Amino acid sequence: MPRRFHQASWDEPVIFELSTPGARGILLPEVELGITERVGNPADALPGGIRRTTPPALPELAQLQVVRHYARLSQENLGVDLNIDVGQGTCTMKYSPKVNDQLVRSPRLADLHPLQVESSVQGVLEVIWRLEQLLREISGMDRVTLQPGAGSAAIWANVSMIRAYHRSRGDADRRDEIITTMFSHPSNPACAKTAGYRVITLMPDPETGRASLEALRSAVSERTAGLLITNPEDTGIYNDEIDRFVDVVHGVGGLAAYDQANANGILGITRARDAGFDLCHFNLHKTFSTPHGSGGPAAGACGVTEALAPFLPAPTVERDGDRFFLDHDRPSTIGKVRPWYGVAPNLVRAYAWIMSLGAEGLRAVAETAVLNNNYLQQQVLGITGVSAPYAAGRRRIEQVRYSWEQLYLETGIHSEELGVRMADFGAHYWTSHHPYVVPEPMTLEPTESYSRADLDEFVAMLRTVAAEAYSDPEKIRTAPHNSTIHLIDHDWFDDPDRWAPTWRAYRRKHHTDSESGSGTEVELAAVDA
Amino acid sequence: MGADCASVAGFPATIVGEPPADATTAADTRALAAVIMGLRVDLLLFAGGDGTARDIAAVVGDGAVVLGIPAGVKLQSAVFATSPVAAGCLAAGYLAAGGRVQEREVLDLDEGAYRMGEVAPRLFGYLRVPEAAQVQARKAPSPRSDAAAAAAIAADVIEGMVIGGRYVLGPGTTVRSVADALGLAKTLVGVDVAEATPAGPRLIAADAGERQVREAVGAGPVFIVVTPIGGQGFLFGRGNQPISPGVIRLAGRAGLIAVATPAKLAALGGRPLLMDTGDSDLDGELTGFLAVTTGYRERAIVRAEPA
Repeated sequence: MPRRFHQASWDEPVIFELSTPGARGILLPEVELGITERVGNPADALPGGIRRTTPPALPELAQLQVVRHYARLSQENLGVDLNIDVGQGTCTMKYSPKVNDQLVRSPRLADLHPLQVESSVQGVLEVIWRLEQLLREISGMDRVTLQPGAGSAAIWANVSMIRAYHRSRGDADRRDEIITTMFSHPSNPACAKTAGYRVITLMPDPETGRASLEALRSAVSERTAGLLITNPEDTGIYNDEIDRFVDVVHGVGGLAAYDQANANGILGITRARDAGFDLCHFNLHKTFSTPHGSGGPAAGACGVTEALAPFLPAPTVERDGDRFFLDHDRPSTIGKVRPWYGVAPNLVRAYAWIMSLGAEGLRAVAETAVLNNNYLQQQVLGITGVSAPYAAGRRRIEQVRYSWEQLYLETGIHSEELGVRMADFGAHYWTSHHPYVVPEPMTLEPTESYSRADLDEFVAMLRTVAAEAYSDPEKIRTAPHNSTIHLIDHDWFDDPDRWAPTWRAYRRKHHTDSESGSGTEVELAAVDA
Repeated sequence: MGADCASVAGFPATIVGEPPADATTAADTRALAAVIMGLRVDLLLFAGGDGTARDIAAVVGDGAVVLGIPAGVKLQSAVFATSPVAAGCLAAGYLAAGGRVQEREVLDLDEGAYRMGEVAPRLFGYLRVPEAAQVQARKAPSPRSDAAAAAAIAADVIEGMVIGGRYVLGPGTTVRSVADALGLAKTLVGVDVAEATPAGPRLIAADAGERQVREAVGAGPVFIVVTPIGGQGFLFGRGNQPISPGVIRLAGRAGLIAVATPAKLAALGGRPLLMDTGDSDLDGELTGFLAVTTGYRERAIVRAEPA
């Protein structure tokens, strides 16, 4: 029987609403007279143009109120540190070592400024350079950039470099098409579209679950700029003809970019370069352990062959003997894809993670992730109502996209409804990107971080919930029972009057004075079923 | 017609109309549908097959929200839930919380053609059917609605239009979006032909039969804009019989503009689009990979095979 869980709910306001004028967390001592006489007002040294005329509208609270506020919010969460988070397939929800959080909180990193003179930041530059070398080895590529702030940003950088490459050859106008596959991450067609390309998506073959070589052959032409493809795809199925895919694209003069967000099952086993790819990318917050942070900050890495190195984002981090420096002299660069040089704390975390494991450790990560996934799959497929479509008889790599189609046909309960009931046990699972190609989908990725007992516990929850669909469907339809938010009306998010990305934006939209509380009240999104 | 089941399930039921003397006929179905329409119900739930769907569509049109419980032999229409249980859940969800409604095809065998050996179902109309409720726990932003996707497809088709070209517009809501964007009236269940003139698009044949289509396209250049009809993915052979093999050959593969929203293609689950042009040689020639327009400057490569 799954554990008895209940979600905390504090009805906690936004911290600005907890402000009491005059409250303070720290009372600063008065400056001694002798110092005031010597120094005067330090603010006078600031240029007039950047000096405030009004104080910032920061919330005023005592320390205990601040601590309590964030502790409560931390309880209203699910995540790797709290629950068995194998349900968030493709996100690779693995353990983010806390020792690395301590490392990056050190003033030796946290107090650095990107405009400091290079000689004073040799340590962090060396870490960036060394991490690039590690990722070169892992991917087999010639050069790496760590400037992108996310996986999608890395894909964007790759698409930009593909575009720059063809431009440099006078070919950009003719090559206006980019090919991708239905089960590659949607960021691939999205970035291609944003860059102005026509997008061609290969649908999967119903037997193999992936695009066929023949489909790719029918799609390539002299208009092909490149192929953006994820492997293994979100189904967990590995394309073992991937090198031939690359050959077909090269055959028409196009470039091949490997979306390696799903790299957790192939570390030390196969490399982008070995399949002939010209570019690849990694999500450091997936395979390489940096925290997801519920939407960031993340970090992305791009790997490229020497032929594409001139187009890398600038500045690049270079080494001259014992000295590390930033090279801004990159005439063919695509420019910047992010301010400064990368998300430094995450680069340090990823570096530390790789160094703590070494080559053997990375291989063990991949093997354990694959083993965990195959064990989980075998357990899950023992549950009535679920299947793993496509590629019958072939093993999946590090994740599986399942289908609850049989359960739906027999009970009328949707996969998403099962997911909501899972919240009653402190769990969650992700279905799939839209539109659903696999009906009633569920995508699970255990990674190497979870124990066998963890996986058994997750399966026990699934088994309980699936059985309820047959015996007590009303309990599922009225779920969750031990959690807070019931059914969210998602149309809400399409109405700009109902959301704001910051407190300041909210006040601006609704002209709300935070002290008097006048102005439009924002209704709660949750609606009790 | 369900009164006993309703009372067992605990629903109060009002019985309308007169029970027929003998076995019910299509006329009885239509009469009852008319009575129920007069009551202005929130949802018309029926059990049966394509024949019943067709009778109801003839009376109801787009005047009500309808859902079919699959209980017939012929189930080509897209107005049925996937199972009786699913129908109950979908109906309950729609009645409790409302939701989006989609126009779905009503297909049935044409008895006259059937007697002459032609077994391809024809498109008889559309019914408004509840969309499966989405209870979301999503990682990605909401999918574009089908209407927005259809508008994007229309923009792409229009962008590629060739002056002097004759455009055969097949049935379906996605092709209707193209016609809407061109400012032309469209026969939802039939075939129309438009000409792209320098002054703008012009309708030259509406709800055309096979001969009219052939005459309207003249000597070309011909383009055929079609979308899969029904849930089985038929690109030719369901509802677009007026587009003859001769016209398809005149257009050639280069003139074939297949359109489908991403949701419609995804629902195929990787299964191919089906060709039933009436000419098995032509079906063979069209076999292979087809580039389907799914949005503005977006194509999906889908396998096409003979039915």
